[in-house]
Amino acid sequence: MSINQNANAGALPNFRNLGILLRILVIVSGMCLAAALVNAAGPRAWVEQLIDLSAQVQPILLASLLVLAVANTWLHRMRYPYAIAVLIAIELAVTSVVYWFGLGAFRGVGVLGRYWVFTLLVTCVLVGYFDLRGRALSPALSEARLQALQARIRPHFLFNSINAVLSLIRQDPRRAEHVLEDLSDLFRVLMADNRQLGPIAGEIELTKQYLRIEQLRLGERLQVEWDITDAPSDALIPPLVLQPLVENAVYHGIEPRSDPGVISIRIHRDRDQVQILLCNPYRQEGERHGGNRMALANIRERLALHFDAEASIRTTVTADSYRVHIVLPYLKAPAR
Amino acid sequence: MTAKLPLRVLIVDDEAPARNRVRDLLSDCALKMPLEIAGEAQNGKRALAMLPECEANVVLLDIRMPEMDGLEVAQHLQTLDAPPAVIFTTAYDAYALKAFEVHAVDYLLKPIRLGRLFEALSHVRAVTPLRVDVLRKLKREARTHLSVNERGRIHLIPVAEIAFFKAEVKYVTVRTAEREFLTEESLARLEQEFLGRFVRVHRNCLVAREAIEGFERATGDDGDGHWVVVMKNIAEKLAVSRRQQQIVRELGKLL
Repeated sequence: MSINQNANAGALPNFRNLGILLRILVIVSGMCLAAALVNAAGPRAWVEQLIDLSAQVQPILLASLLVLAVANTWLHRMRYPYAIAVLIAIELAVTSVVYWFGLGAFRGVGVLGRYWVFTLLVTCVLVGYFDLRGRALSPALSEARLQALQARIRPHFLFNSINAVLSLIRQDPRRAEHVLEDLSDLFRVLMADNRQLGPIAGEIELTKQYLRIEQLRLGERLQVEWDITDAPSDALIPPLVLQPLVENAVYHGIEPRSDPGVISIRIHRDRDQVQILLCNPYRQEGERHGGNRMALANIRERLALHFDAEASIRTTVTADSYRVHIVLPYLKAPAR
Repeated sequence: MTAKLPLRVLIVDDEAPARNRVRDLLSDCALKMPLEIAGEAQNGKRALAMLPECEANVVLLDIRMPEMDGLEVAQHLQTLDAPPAVIFTTAYDAYALKAFEVHAVDYLLKPIRLGRLFEALSHVRAVTPLRVDVLRKLKREARTHLSVNERGRIHLIPVAEIAFFKAEVKYVTVRTAEREFLTEESLARLEQEFLGRFVRVHRNCLVAREAIEGFERATGDDGDGHWVVVMKNIAEKLAVSRRQQQIVRELGKLL
């Protein structure tokens, strides 16, 4: 998973990351290919041009990567604009050195100025590319919404839960202890840095802890049907995908009813996909607004961030039920 | 000061632990003031049904409850001849609480503190009674029921069962398929609260859209033709005034 590799916009890429090096190699080679294509008259000439060009570019490229890998830590300590200036200086220096010690002795290959222009162009393209990529991947964009999600854990839930615990302290102190433990676990996760994927088993446990607290308040009104015997417990999912949806289900599906309602949660593996199906009773009349859409949008966005088009979330509203269907690619957690 | 009869408190909350908590705190309060627990109800309807018998003079009323919320329950309570004092309880509702402060409506935040509860109960006799217009202001959604006082009991009429309202000289008649009731509420206010569900067919009449079977022509005493509403399940036909004639076309149910 490369979600956190070079996650920040406005910073140079990590030149010691193999993925980054590979990207640089591929892009520069691609540019050579294109340059050769423009210059060449026919297919044979193209190959010749390419070999010629590569012979000139590759030494500079490899030397640059070597120097950058060495200078990586130092570059990253600088502020971004200075780092870019230094980077360009390094590139021009490397080009000059390689020119004098290597290429100069080669055939008649033109003046140093041409190499400088070429190097400058390639460097700018790469810096631009990594900046854009950093922005696209950056969870900083969704950080604000992530925080909004965490704040969205309804204050109503917190205060009602504490109230429920207080009611237990005199009559059933042991149970009160368990509820407080569940509550603190829940809030530990809510307040953690939730950008990394985690095993689905953890999310299921968290959701169960949450439901135990709600059960205390709502008693038999809250009925939960888990169907997770086929759930791949090692599948990786973004944290806080299931729990907020179940919280929605309780808030919109169970709390407005006085008779019992069933929330059903089914998780199973379907070849290389993980399917999560959540269903709760729902009445359109007397619906309480707020929160719901935001949580869904937030989850959708985080799924996209982690899995791109491979994940999806769909909701279906019928006359008396509300369904959420999530599909994720099956990614195994590394064995511990 | 009036003679100190013990306070009789009715606890209304849909969550059992919340009721237990209040009961514990009330028994703590009972050590320091004359106080009895009149009963517990897990929803608004039960509370209203229990009230005349349990003789509560204070109701601790949760705001967020399924089906009928606390603010509506409090409105129906006001139809009683001697409504009990109401202290609302709520976990969190920043918007509503501001309005509560403005109108000096008593409330306790959950988790409830013993000190706050004791204080609220000590002052409860001095508090001015709740006013229906204030409660209406606090509750933004329409009520689910109307209430009438029948021989000292609160009778609830589900709004969904009401076929029409018809203004008489002093009262408004509320008609369901089975019965009719009188209410002192004004037709204009009812129209405003239940906008969408009822349609005005005449200066003195609001009809539930769902209860309309169709329209037909009738001849009045003066020999002029006019439209009348034919109702489902009710024989009575309601005149459509000339000014409201466009609704015949709008609803488009000619018989």
